[in-house]
Amino acid sequence: MFISQAMAAEEAAKSGGAFPPFDPTYFGSQLLWLAITFGVFYMIMGRVIIPRLSGILEDRHDRISRDLDEAQRLSAEADAAEAAYEHELAKAKSNAHSIAQEATDKAKAEAAETREKIESQLADQMAEAEQRISAIKEKALGEVDTIAADTAETIVAELIGAKTTKAEITKAVSAVNS
Amino acid sequence: MANDPIKQFELKEYIPLEIGGVDISFTNSSLFMVATVVVTSAFLLWATSGRGMIPGRAQSLAEMAYEFIANMLRDAAGSQGMVFFPLVFSLFMFILVANMFGMFPYFFTVTSHIIVTVALALLVFFTVIIYGFYKNGLTFLKLFVPSGVPAPLLLIVVPIEVISFFSRPLSHSVRLFANMLAGHITLKVFAGFIVSMGGAGALGVAGAILPFLMTLGLTGLEFLVAFLQAYVFTMLTCMYLNDALHPDGH
Repeated sequence: MFISQAMAAEEAAKSGGAFPPFDPTYFGSQLLWLAITFGVFYMIMGRVIIPRLSGILEDRHDRISRDLDEAQRLSAEADAAEAAYEHELAKAKSNAHSIAQEATDKAKAEAAETREKIESQLADQMAEAEQRISAIKEKALGEVDTIAADTAETIVAELIGAKTTKAEITKAVSAVNS
Repeated sequence: MANDPIKQFELKEYIPLEIGGVDISFTNSSLFMVATVVVTSAFLLWATSGRGMIPGRAQSLAEMAYEFIANMLRDAAGSQGMVFFPLVFSLFMFILVANMFGMFPYFFTVTSHIIVTVALALLVFFTVIIYGFYKNGLTFLKLFVPSGVPAPLLLIVVPIEVISFFSRPLSHSVRLFANMLAGHITLKVFAGFIVSMGGAGALGVAGAILPFLMTLGLTGLEFLVAFLQAYVFTMLTCMYLNDALHPDGH
């Protein structure tokens, strides 16, 4: 109610009483000043601000795409280096493998050779020993007859007191033996 | 009298001028037009003077405004629409800053006078017509004949299209003007209640809390409206300009 009173008073006080936004008194002034100010504004924006801003944004865009290209190039380089490294590694691995294989083979061959040598040595020694054993055995067996004859001679002499010839005894022993 | 919500829209002559019987005085409206232009231009000049590859705060703001309007125009009118970029950018910045100036107490709101918004709307309207005919010749008239409509229906559709085309400057300007006017009146009325109730004893002072809270809320809303109406005006401008560029499309 305060407001409506004030409004009424205001309206009554003014001669025209027009609602200010619709009051045509200053239409000309407003149009003129709008044309001047907006015109100047349009010129400043169009001539200075917009070229400047689009320049800034374009520069940044170029810079970013350039940096991206550079990053891509570096990344490709890194990939190539990694591939080369992998290749080298694989080569080194296969090298190492073949060296190890070679060493194993060599060691195996040496071991086999040594074994063979030792085995043949042992076989020789065994054959020699066998020979010696059989010689000793033969010799011992040969001596058995003589011992037997001696013993027989002594026994006969003791038992019958008769002297027997060596030839008889031997004959008898061999007869028993055979 | 201080409570009169209309008083804020009154024009005051600062420098009375007259040419050929037409009053062209430098008024408070003129002052705020000049202030809008000077402040906006000065800010943008200062913000972009560094041309930094990495923008500071002010430069980011200028770039944001640029890209906001550029995207709006490109989305509505395609890449050919960019010939109108200076116009659209100027309109948006001018209206936005003028609206925001209006939010200061005791400041004048340039866009709360219909003659100003009508002038801006007619600027867009004639730009569309002149550029439309210049670019497309008589093909521009296809704007009023939507494709794919059967001939008998065209008898109804074409007049509707013509009327809607010619009513554009009206709706375009009234929308901005009425929003600014109504918002400021509402603010002033609620703020007036605080004073009136405050003068009516202890109970009145306690009750004045309510209009105070309302004014607080409305102030926030008005800031939103000030931005939104600048956006809407610019968006519609972009759509109208699209008709000048592609009268047979959409």
